Parts: sequence; structure tokens; C-alpha cells
Amino acid sequence: MAKKNKDLVDFAVTARKYKTKLTAKYKQRKPWVDPNPYEVQSLIPGTIIEVSVKEGEVVQEGEPLLVLEAMKMMNHIQMPFTAKIKKINVNVGDKIPKDMLMIELEAADDDDDEKNVN
Amino acid sequence: MTLKKNIIALRQKKAQVKMGGGKKAIEKQAAMGKMTARARLLYLLDVNSFHEYDMFVEHEERNFGMDMKELAGDGVITGTGTINGTPVCVYAQDFTVMGGSLGLKHARKITKIMDHALKMKVPIIGINDSGGARIQEGIGALAGYGEIFYRNTLASGVIPQISVILGPCAGGAVYSPALTDFVFVVENISKMFITGPNVIETVLGEKISQEDLGGARVHAEITGNAHFFAQTEIQSLNQIKELIGMIPHSNQKKAEKVAPKKPTFNKNLENIIPSDPKQPYDVRDVIYALTDESKFIEVQELWAPNIVIGFGRMNGETIGFVANQPMYLAGVLDCDASDKAARFIRFCDAFNIPIVTLEDMPGYLPGVDQEHAGVIRHGAKMLYAYSEATVPKITVILRKAYGGGYIAMNSRHLGADFMFAWPGAEIAVMGPEGAANIIFRKEIMEAEDQDAMRQQKVDEYIEKFANPFVAAAKGYIDAVIEPSETRDLVLHALEVSQNKYDHRPQKKHGIPPF
Repeated sequence: MAKKNKDLVDFAVTARKYKTKLTAKYKQRKPWVDPNPYEVQSLIPGTIIEVSVKEGEVVQEGEPLLVLEAMKMMNHIQMPFTAKIKKINVNVGDKIPKDMLMIELEAADDDDDEKNVN
Repeated sequence: MTLKKNIIALRQKKAQVKMGGGKKAIEKQAAMGKMTARARLLYLLDVNSFHEYDMFVEHEERNFGMDMKELAGDGVITGTGTINGTPVCVYAQDFTVMGGSLGLKHARKITKIMDHALKMKVPIIGINDSGGARIQEGIGALAGYGEIFYRNTLASGVIPQISVILGPCAGGAVYSPALTDFVFVVENISKMFITGPNVIETVLGEKISQEDLGGARVHAEITGNAHFFAQTEIQSLNQIKELIGMIPHSNQKKAEKVAPKKPTFNKNLENIIPSDPKQPYDVRDVIYALTDESKFIEVQELWAPNIVIGFGRMNGETIGFVANQPMYLAGVLDCDASDKAARFIRFCDAFNIPIVTLEDMPGYLPGVDQEHAGVIRHGAKMLYAYSEATVPKITVILRKAYGGGYIAMNSRHLGADFMFAWPGAEIAVMGPEGAANIIFRKEIMEAEDQDAMRQQKVDEYIEKFANPFVAAAKGYIDAVIEPSETRDLVLHALEVSQNKYDHRPQKKHGIPPF
């Protein structure tokens, strides 16, 4: 009865797989990715006004990282927890989209702490 | 003698206004493949039925050199007319007059015709073709938009409101269509967005075309803002004429009844649905088999196609259909499908249109994206809409009715008046595979051949529970019927429901999970 249709795919809803077509919107959905706390991403698109840290530097929780101007507002992005700046992917003046990886962090080891204190 | 002179002067004055923004601007409009505002209205309305209001309204802006500018009709044509005999109020923004920009007087012409429509209890149709707020008028333009939105809201559920987007419709302007019941768009001509590509590029550096950002297809397929998609303006205006003929003029009326006709679709209903519950089919075939002349006006055909909504007639009476579509995403309910169905159900209820629900769905769509997109909140809209509706509500379970979806698709428990099920219907708390895995987990785990045991238990479950008779035994289903009886029984149900009166607690208004 059902005509052979090459658009039909197996589609699992609970334990059963149905033959069906997919919508463009369904195909374009973003797969879930576990958030990585070591990645500082933009929550809103905008322009980088100021970068207050350097790569390799250990920054304390709550210290300023950068200023992102968006919707006529200066958003001050702070360090989420004490860590070392691994990589900075933005420069002053950059126009960036939402969800951009702006700064990558890594755990600060004891050596770094000492260096900082000294 | 003087009167004659006056008449000639009047005719000249009218002729001048009818030229809109002038010959050059009209040529430009034509070059964009667009009809003029006046031509659109004249095509939409019955011949010689258009009566124009407020032709000589003038703007009052004195700043920025505006005092030197004369704007024909202040950029919008308003009036009354008929569509196949149905009286309607109309307005059409004239892009040839200062880009159809909206100033306070332009808006006041629109609100005046809206007030008129609301008082006369006739549908209102707005043709949108405007560059947006007339910046020279400052907050006067914003006031104008606000006054339109306010009336859109007052008129909501009282008279049908229709918007056609035949050009740009940007910024605040988009909210009037969004508040209306049906939005019509045309490929390559309609553009709707809050902030256009220029702003997006300046602020964010993202480059996108108007068409990709907010073209007709985007709104018909991705956002769901549009209800009817057409290739040409003429096709779009014809769609409006067809819809106007199908729906009531106001919430105090029923849709006009026409002479009953038999369906022309002659495929046997028993053969439409594959016996294998995993195989899809086009649920619209079932609708065609039920409606007069097999005609069906589908609403939001391209958006969330996993649920089908639209209007058809049965024995001459307008019916709203809501049907799961196994051809797309197995017919699951998801955020968009719930949104789509809920708003349609509320339209039908507001305008006294009985609802026939055709059910074949495996449940809500699982997935992180759905959960995070708020499928709980969106799914709840459907429960709300069905429960709230007091029009005749008839459900036919064609095949699968599992879990929360069974409840949501106008179940007895939400106040369905008639519940029919085809003999192959599977009404159960979940799909047999899932249920067997949970109930017989121990037996399956302990079996030597787990797959064989699982299959055996699934078969047992199907035999005992995945059928319409468990629900029928409890009275949740009124009748298990043969597919070929469906049209007659639905017609009977509609006949019995002619004088339905259903009571709801008095309230100012409910609080649906918008």
C-alpha cells in the first residue's frame, strides 16, 4: 500500500521506530553539547570594547575579563572561577556573534599560584 | 452651475489621490513585481463594491520639511466592500506614497476602519506594504502602531482579522499581523522582521539577505508567523477570498451553510492506513474522504507539518480539522505542533466552528532541544485549548493514541463530545515495546533468549492492551466503528450537537500558558 519513498527514514519515538519524513527545522536542530566550564562564550552578540587579561595569566574569580558592548550596554564579563587564561580568541573592536568562544581557560596549577604571589 | 463646478473639482481631487505617489512611484512598484494598493483592493473585492473612506485625510507633521509634502491619503487606502457578497472592512498601505510609511494620521485611518469593522461585526483585512514608522513623525508614529495593536487585541475573537504582507513589514509594523488570526505571504514579495539585515550587519557583522532573514518561506516554514503561502499576489488574494467564504463574519454568527455535497475522493478509507503501525500515510487523505467535494483549506501547511489543521465542510457546515500527520516526524506532538494546533482550536472555538480531531500519534517528541525549548509549556497550550473549547468536539482515533498525546488530542477527559475509534486503534499508556520493557523487565532479563522473550511480551501486550476495547470498556470511547462509517457518524454527531450548550465557570479570562 505505502509507496516506496526515499525521503522516509527510521525515526525513533520511545522504543519503536517509525518510517517518516523529517522537517527542515528538525534536521537543523543543534545537538546537545555538555557545557565546558573552561570556555567563556558570548551570551549576546556585540562588539568587544576592552580585553583586561593576557594569555597565560592566572585570574581570580570575579575579576574583569572583558567588556562586550551589546544593545547599547557595556556588559562586563567576569572570571567565573579562579583559573589560567589559555587562549583569547577576540580582539578589541571585534564584532562577535552569540555563543562565540571568547576565552579558553585552564586549571591554574600550584606553580602558577606561586608565580602570581611572587 | 456652481455645483457642477464643485463636482468637477471633486472629481479632480479624487483622481489626484487615486494616483497615490505618482506615475514614477507606480512604475517603480510595478518594476518590483508588485500591484498597487488600489489594484489589490479592487481585485480582492467584488466588482464595484469598494467604497473608500477618508480619501482626503492629510498628515499634520510640520518638522523636517514635512509641511511642504502632500501625501495622498497619507499613504493608506481604507474602506468597505464585499467579497463574494460578504461585507468586509479593508485597508491597504500604499508603498508609492512615501514608502507606505506609517504616520499618526495613516494609523488613525486604519484604527477608524478597525473600529468600524468591530462595530459592524464584519471581518477586517489589512494589506501591509510599508517601510515602517515615518521617522519624521517621531513618537506620533509609535502612538499610531500602539493604537492599532490595541484594536487588534480588542477585535481578537470577535471578528476575523486577516493580514496580507505584500511588501516589507518591519519593526513595530510586524506586530499587527502577528496579533491577527491569519497572515498571508507571497514568495519574494513579503518581508517581515523586527530588525532588518542592515541593522543586523551594523551591530553584529552578520550578513543575511532580506529573503533569508524574513522572507515568505521563512515565515511559512520556520517561524510559523504566516498561515498561507502563495507564489503570486493574485494567488494570495484568491486564498483570502476562499477563506472568507469558509469562516463566520463574527463570533455571534455561524459560518454560512452551503448546499451539502458528497466527497469526491473515492479511495476506500480502509485502505488508506497501513496495518503496520510503523508505516506512514498522508492523513489528509482521510480528511478528503470526509469533506464535501473533498475540499480542504489547509492552514500553516508548511510549518510543523507533523500536525495538519484547516477547514473543510461537512454537509455544508464549516468544520475545523486537527489531525496528526504520520508522514512527518511520525506525527509526534512537539513545541511547534502544539502551538499550531492550540491557536487553531481557539480560533474555531471563538468563531463557533465545530472541531473534528483525527488522531494517530506516538506521543511527544523526545529530545534535549524539545525539552529546553519548553515542550511542557507549549504542549500545555493544547490541553488548555481543547479543554476550554465549548464548540462540538469530535475525535476519531485512527490508529495510535499513546500516553500524554492520547490525553492531549481531544480525549474524553478534556471534554470531547464524541469519541470514535477505528478497530485497529491502539489506545494505551505508551507504545507496546516500551510498556513491555518496563512491565516485564524481570522476565526479559532472566530469559535465556532475551529478544525472543521481549517479542513474546510485546505481542502479549499488543493483544491485551493495544486495542480500542480496553478504553471502550471503560466508556472513554463511545463507539468502535468501521472506517467506512466515519463520515456518516461524524455527520450524525454534528447534527446531535447543533444546540450544544456547555457551561464554563465565569471568569474575566483564563490564563493559558502563552
